[in-house]
Amino acid sequence: MADIILNKIYVKVWRQNSPKSKGRFETYLVETVSQGTSFLEMIDILNDKLILEGKDPIAFDHDCREGICGMCSMYVNGHAHGPDAEVTTCQLHMRKFSEGQTIVVEPWRAAAFPVIKDMMVDRTAFEKIQQAGGYVSVNTGGIPDGNVILIGQDDAEEAMDAAACIGCGACVATCKNSSAMLFVAAKVSQLAKLPQGRIEAKKRAKAMVAKMDELGFGGCTNTGGCELACPKSISIAHIARLNREYLRAKFSD
Amino acid sequence: MSTLNSKIPSGPIAEKWSNHKAKIKVVSPANKRKLDIIVVGTGLAGASAAASLAELGYNVTAFCYQDSPRRAHSIAAQGGINAAKNYQNDNDSVYRLFYDTIKGGDYRAREANVHRLAEVSPNIIDQCVAQGVPFAREYGGTLSNRSFGGVLVSRTFYARGQTGQQLLLGAYSALNRQIHEGNVKMHTRHEMLELVVIEGKARGIIARDMVTGEVKRFGAHAVVLATGGYGNVFFLSTNAMGCNASASWVAYKKGAFFANPCYVQIHPTCIPVHGSQQSKLTLMSESLRNDGRVWVPRKAEDAAKLRKGEIKPNDIADEDRDFYLERRYPSYGNLVPRDVASRAAKERCDAGFGVNKEGMAVYLDFKYSIQRLGQETIAKRYGNLFQMYEKITDVDPYKEPMQIYPAIHYTMGGTWVDYNLMTSIPGLYSLGEANFSDHGANRLGASALMQGLADGYFVLPYTIGDYLGNEIMVPKIKTDLPEFDAAERAVVTKLEMLFNIKGKTPADHFHKKLGTILWDNVGMSRKEAGLKTAILEIQKLRKEFYSDLLVPGELKNVNPELEKAGRVADFLELGELLARDALNRKESCGGHFREESATDDGEARRDDENFAYVAAWEYKGMDEEPFLHKEDLLFETIELTQRSYK
Amino acid sequence: MSSFMSASIGRKFLMSITGIFLISFLLIHLTLNLFLTFDDSGDLFNLAANFMATNPFIRIMEPMLAIGFVIHIIWSGWITLENMRARPQKYEFGDQLLSWWAPAKNMFLLGSMIMIFLVIHIFNFWVKMKFTGDPLLAGVHVGGAEMHNAYALVSNLFKNPWYDLLYIVGGILVGLHMSHGFWSAFQTIGFSNQIWLKRLKCLAITIGVVFALGFCFIPLYFMIKF
Repeated sequence: MADIILNKIYVKVWRQNSPKSKGRFETYLVETVSQGTSFLEMIDILNDKLILEGKDPIAFDHDCREGICGMCSMYVNGHAHGPDAEVTTCQLHMRKFSEGQTIVVEPWRAAAFPVIKDMMVDRTAFEKIQQAGGYVSVNTGGIPDGNVILIGQDDAEEAMDAAACIGCGACVATCKNSSAMLFVAAKVSQLAKLPQGRIEAKKRAKAMVAKMDELGFGGCTNTGGCELACPKSISIAHIARLNREYLRAKFSD
Repeated sequence: MSTLNSKIPSGPIAEKWSNHKAKIKVVSPANKRKLDIIVVGTGLAGASAAASLAELGYNVTAFCYQDSPRRAHSIAAQGGINAAKNYQNDNDSVYRLFYDTIKGGDYRAREANVHRLAEVSPNIIDQCVAQGVPFAREYGGTLSNRSFGGVLVSRTFYARGQTGQQLLLGAYSALNRQIHEGNVKMHTRHEMLELVVIEGKARGIIARDMVTGEVKRFGAHAVVLATGGYGNVFFLSTNAMGCNASASWVAYKKGAFFANPCYVQIHPTCIPVHGSQQSKLTLMSESLRNDGRVWVPRKAEDAAKLRKGEIKPNDIADEDRDFYLERRYPSYGNLVPRDVASRAAKERCDAGFGVNKEGMAVYLDFKYSIQRLGQETIAKRYGNLFQMYEKITDVDPYKEPMQIYPAIHYTMGGTWVDYNLMTSIPGLYSLGEANFSDHGANRLGASALMQGLADGYFVLPYTIGDYLGNEIMVPKIKTDLPEFDAAERAVVTKLEMLFNIKGKTPADHFHKKLGTILWDNVGMSRKEAGLKTAILEIQKLRKEFYSDLLVPGELKNVNPELEKAGRVADFLELGELLARDALNRKESCGGHFREESATDDGEARRDDENFAYVAAWEYKGMDEEPFLHKEDLLFETIELTQRSYK
Repeated sequence: MSSFMSASIGRKFLMSITGIFLISFLLIHLTLNLFLTFDDSGDLFNLAANFMATNPFIRIMEPMLAIGFVIHIIWSGWITLENMRARPQKYEFGDQLLSWWAPAKNMFLLGSMIMIFLVIHIFNFWVKMKFTGDPLLAGVHVGGAEMHNAYALVSNLFKNPWYDLLYIVGGILVGLHMSHGFWSAFQTIGFSNQIWLKRLKCLAITIGVVFALGFCFIPLYFMIKF
């Protein structure tokens, strides 16, 4: 475990007290941080210092701190989840930074993700998209045995690739159009690959895309930034499947 | 003896649940529409319960502190979910799962509850498959299974290393469908801070909107807590940062008994603590022990050199390595249950053989299985875990052994519930990890997911009818009743009080201190003197907390420090109860190890004569000693034996 | 279907269909233009140009092509505007994930530059041949038929090195635009998966390079030869 100590780093961070107030950047000095420390722990250290100085700590979303809950966000030095591949911000470590560096930290920027406070953004739009159709309409109980419908391993694996989405919003934050296509594609593609999900596939694709458009996300221009930023490396091939599902549904109207 | 009525149905074990279902009340569809239910917490248990209740026709209002139900910490479960499907034709059965769970729990769980859990387990898999959960499949298209610690059959269903995530997303999708249809009203970023009890019945909650700071009232005919465990009382644990016990704790203070708080599971394979700035611990799946060998150096001088960084683990020859699990437990070897593996690691580190700078780590080595199976096979099995390990530690586990150390992982104790999952407050239910559960003193791997979903999908939707059947004449609960006034006032007063202490120390500092006290004295091994010290130190710390706490920011805005302060205040009380319970239980069982109750070779020794009971604690006031109710555990089907993994 | 035209995927669908159409047009265009370099007498090119100007099918396709261009341009503007609206506040640090010149990020810019080039290009040739006429176009006889001397017009223009440069830049812009546009079009209509995505991307780069080289070759040929 690398135990190099960074004596001084500067964190230039967006401060905004409430959704309506005007934000600004502030630069803070953080001293003596081990490179083995995670990025969020570095923010913890900074916050502790701010509290003791009588200042307001930086509000940021985080929870599991092991890269699966999707709560943490932050746009660090021009990268959603920071300059490391296949990680969330909580898995980003200080060994990716060097002595004396200024780290620019911004919230996700998208019209559909308004800032709540500092680094916290409101991702309710994602909830609404899921509620529009990201499910199989089955009630609890009365279900036949799990092995009644066989599913090929390849299909199950591909569905799992898409289902790995953690709903963090890095795709939206990275996309130059703030498009939610990869997020929507992950769910549509997962369920389209499984026989259980096929039954409502058309309805689902139309409903989820319509909701996405309604909520102010941009459109997909196949830039591919989303899959590079995605901490779970979800491929834009799933976007192709979403397009296919959507077009098929629309043309059969 | 006590006021506890577990309502365990009579009759043979295999018929109890069907008999019970046949006898309990059912609410008509027309009446369900008139009944409101609050569900707090939307993890596996909460989301599945909220969705299932809404499907039945109840009006459900659900709450979570995260920005989405999908973020609940159930999502972090890696390994899998057990179910007695017997798909592998390896002679698995409901009885065998029942037996394994009782034995794994060191004979401290209720037989009837565990049998019911095993009975409904197959339905969970069917349900999840129907929701579109992408379980691992065989080439022929059937569901795939793997085996887990402590059992002899393959009954664990999994979706790569993300089973918890996939099951939660399944329940979340069912919940979303009900939200879409208007049957569930979802409140995210809301934290429950008080329970409202009217005429002895749970009738609502007070919650704080974590965005605006507004304190709000919500009324209902019944309240369901699915708020998870209290592992974060130790500060460092594998729980999420926000996991807390406050909802269970306010229920406790309103009269819901708290059972077996000393049963805490310590997971043997976590990434060791690094420095003093660490905020949480990361779990490495138990499945790694299938192919990794656990060792420390045989010679103390080698360990000292490792700690100083003078040599690397690969410099130590095989004959100088002490594979202590294989040495001590030849028949189970590296696959002994979690509690046993954890204590063995602690024993070696305490004896001076720890391998990291802090002397608090052992090796989990894949060299041997890579030699045997090839790197490709190992990468296929554990690739994502290895990648996660490397991201955190900057060490490549293909080349150098992993360092691991035990960490707090799961809490078997929790709010006491009867067979219907109702707490000692009528109308208040507790599900999943939040209740004192079906796991006794130790939980088997892949059983937490099973229990959460069993409670939410297949138990509560039936048993809640038995209570609500008597409530059909009760009109909508009005939130302008004096009990709501009082409850809201209590919340506001407490928040203002915490906010106005204006001391010098942030909440985290107290939390860390509490964690250290508990880890040192009420951790993997406990003894009377240490427990007594812990109780005194916690009381002292609590006093300091209320005189020196510093909460910055504003009351009516996003304020994570205020949220933390409230949670730590509750942990400071819960920690004491934990120590008290550990002090009361003079035996060793499962995750609870009392040094006074050990065999000559240091193994745990249970005392069935004096301690075969559930310890349910009743709150008697802030500085009063809680009252202990004992629910005797009757074993009608299984014979009690001493666990041995030798 | 009207909701389809304004839906995000519907809009992109039009972009991709028109895009594929324009690519196929350019393929014919490039093939014919390369005749310029095969035969320095200009007969071959003049024959081809005459065929294009008189063939009834091509005559029908001409307005279609114009519509294709117009839709492709208008929709791109609409999409870009909508997409800009989706991020009212920009990042301080920008986007460090893709390099600044990556065609994928700059399709609108590339397209706009191509449009400027296109206008100049149309005025250089098409307007003259169709409407205003030009002394250089004075009729020639090839194989017994009289036709415009398009070759003279082209070769004359390419005597000016500035125009050569402009057409080289234009060729590169088109190549870059296609290196993303080609696979993107297939992605949008849903013709892609894990395997085809890689193939299409490969193909797109190949096509981009071929078109860029092809279009650059003509002015370079004239520059070096004359």
